[in-house]
Amino acid sequence: MATIRAVHYLNQFFGQIGGEDMANLPPRIIDGPVGFGTTIKAASGDRIEIVKTIICGDNYAAENIEKLKESVLEWVSGSSPQLFIAGPAFGAGRYGMASGSLCSAVKKELGIHAVTAMHPVNPGVELAGREVFVIETKDSAQDLRRSLPLMLGIGVRLVDGLPVGSPQEEGYLPRGVRINVRAPKRGSSRAVDMLLKKLAGEPFETELPMPTYDRVHPAPPLMDLARAVIAIGTEGGIVPRGNPDRIEAHNASKWCRYDIAGVDGLQEGDYEVAHGGFDPVAANKDPDRVLPLDAARILEREGRFRKLNDWYPVTVGNVTAVRSAEKYGREMGEALKNEGVQGVILTST
Amino acid sequence: MEEFILRKISIREVKTGEYTEVKKGCLTINIDDLARTLLEDRHIRSVDIRLARPGESIRIVPVKDVIEPRGRISGNESPFPGVFSDPHVAGEGVTVSLDGVCVVTTGKMVNFQEGLIDMSGPGAEFSTFSRKSNVVLVIEPTDGLGKHEHERVVRMAGLRAAAYLGQAGISAEWDEELRIPGQDLPDLYKADPSLPRVLYVCQVIAEGLLHDNYIYGLNAQGSFPVLMTPGEVLDGSVVSGNCAAPCHKHTTYHHQNNPIVEDLLKEHGRTLVFLGVLVTPVKTALVEKVRICTQAFKMARMLGAQGVIISEDGGGNPENDLMLLDRLLEKAGIRTVLVTDEYAGSDGASPGLADSTPEADAVVTNGNGNQRVILPPMETVLGCPECIDRITGGHSGSLRPDGSVDMEIAGIMGSTNELGLENLMTVAM
Repeated sequence: MATIRAVHYLNQFFGQIGGEDMANLPPRIIDGPVGFGTTIKAASGDRIEIVKTIICGDNYAAENIEKLKESVLEWVSGSSPQLFIAGPAFGAGRYGMASGSLCSAVKKELGIHAVTAMHPVNPGVELAGREVFVIETKDSAQDLRRSLPLMLGIGVRLVDGLPVGSPQEEGYLPRGVRINVRAPKRGSSRAVDMLLKKLAGEPFETELPMPTYDRVHPAPPLMDLARAVIAIGTEGGIVPRGNPDRIEAHNASKWCRYDIAGVDGLQEGDYEVAHGGFDPVAANKDPDRVLPLDAARILEREGRFRKLNDWYPVTVGNVTAVRSAEKYGREMGEALKNEGVQGVILTST
Repeated sequence: MEEFILRKISIREVKTGEYTEVKKGCLTINIDDLARTLLEDRHIRSVDIRLARPGESIRIVPVKDVIEPRGRISGNESPFPGVFSDPHVAGEGVTVSLDGVCVVTTGKMVNFQEGLIDMSGPGAEFSTFSRKSNVVLVIEPTDGLGKHEHERVVRMAGLRAAAYLGQAGISAEWDEELRIPGQDLPDLYKADPSLPRVLYVCQVIAEGLLHDNYIYGLNAQGSFPVLMTPGEVLDGSVVSGNCAAPCHKHTTYHHQNNPIVEDLLKEHGRTLVFLGVLVTPVKTALVEKVRICTQAFKMARMLGAQGVIISEDGGGNPENDLMLLDRLLEKAGIRTVLVTDEYAGSDGASPGLADSTPEADAVVTNGNGNQRVILPPMETVLGCPECIDRITGGHSGSLRPDGSVDMEIAGIMGSTNELGLENLMTVAM
């Protein structure tokens, strides 16, 4: 197998420059391996060769992360490696944050595989992001001998294009992605097994830990509705005839805005339901039932609020991935705010 | 109560011929006779009956329902009580099934929740139905039917065909027998008091067009939870009006072969006492969810359940019912396991459920429906290939010019089935 060219990132301590007194050291690049980096060739079964080592002080890194990133991207790109290795950083926060950010940047900007290793509570874990494998370590360098081969093993597999196993098998921290696999037993049988264990008070492992969601705090009430611009919007998939932008019936890939200036109500045939999660017959008959434009116009004429916004935002909220929904919500909110809208009636189905 | 016996006839071959009959593991179908039977419904203009066998280069889309052919040995009883017959109680006496055969209904798309079955290639790995010999009914109803009537006509045709084919199995030799003793509650409590008593709550969606299930012919929209014996569930008392996304809607086949019922029966009397099944409707409004879940909770306590499995039907809002009931049960000390699937985004990075509760600490997942797949072109497409762009799981451009398909597995019938019929699951990576 061909040797893999790698660049190694170390802090001033593991780079053998000094302790906390040298923490303000700006980044430098050195040919070949440094410190325990010299053991990497042997530890990887002669697969990985450290061609360059980048060393930077922890304080410098923490205070100048953007500048450091810029230098590292330039140096890494100039060394044309196949792999970028940072750390292990163990429990060291500044070192971990630099390692995580740099791995993420190298992977994203240069498309070069990157691995690092650190303690699960190190803030660098989150900065490494979903595309970078972070090997789990204990909080001190005593764990180097155990964790280094794991880190190198994943690095080799990534470069060779071989599959990486589960976090338990490989020793990395779950990256927050869930991948489909085949289980040895069918789901019903696993459910019965799990229930029997739970009833017997034996340990069992859920297959799906409960997700946690952001909380959206309600905005303060409008103090002067009569002067407010109000918008209507919906996740109920009310779109102009023929669904011109092809919003998907489920797991929508987009939200859209449609003009309703001068329109008094949504007529059957002019608008229709693109949503795949409810019986569309009633709303196709009268789309105002989901997006109440007719009622909003009456209130507008009565002067209950100053003006109805000239367009409405719409998407399909049918088994739509939460991350997509968060994004659409944020974008809709910004667009409406830019328009001077102060209140929104958002209907759900 | 009477014992229930389900006799399974393994069908190894399906062909067309002069007489509809089952002989030595071969089902022969007189296509004209079956078509005539279906055309007795004057709302059907035409029906094209086609066979699709495992390994063939055939794609069926949009699939509405899948039904296992069944026949009743006793008297004039129907295998789908309350649909074409009086609603006699199912799950007693003797029923025969044509194991290995399915009736698949297709035709013009009525709504987005209709799915796809590939008989070969990578898509076939996701569905039990790809391993069945399918009798496909391409149904064209008469003009002028509304969507609800259209859906009803197609649903009835599928059930009628399944009963017609099942009838042919009545005098045939059977291969395997499932016997469920007719135990009433006093029998169950006496059996072995040291074993934990387990209740199974099976959600059935009841939310409108293509989101309905029927219990003894009653649209579950009008129903509270119904307590059933295990045999009753397996014996055609619940039929599907095609609910939710293809990957996780329970077809009639899924109810007839409910694997949670089967697996609880295997443990019954050994490691647990299986009290029965609460077939529990899911509706959309919060007040309806609270009304139904509190009733299900009450019944679990009345029955003295110590453990409960709840299976979801569909995705999104039914997760609210799932969590609500889980919370009620766990707070009362009744140990609960949930069976669901996920919509975690195509990258698997989104939270996969629409609701959650800290009490739900025991969950079985049947996979992420958002996984993307490329399905190669098939020589034959039964139904309407253009629908692929519009069905759940598809998107504009899913059907590619060469006939291949780029879609989510959400569009494949039963791929993430929430009764756990398949063995797909997710792991955090």
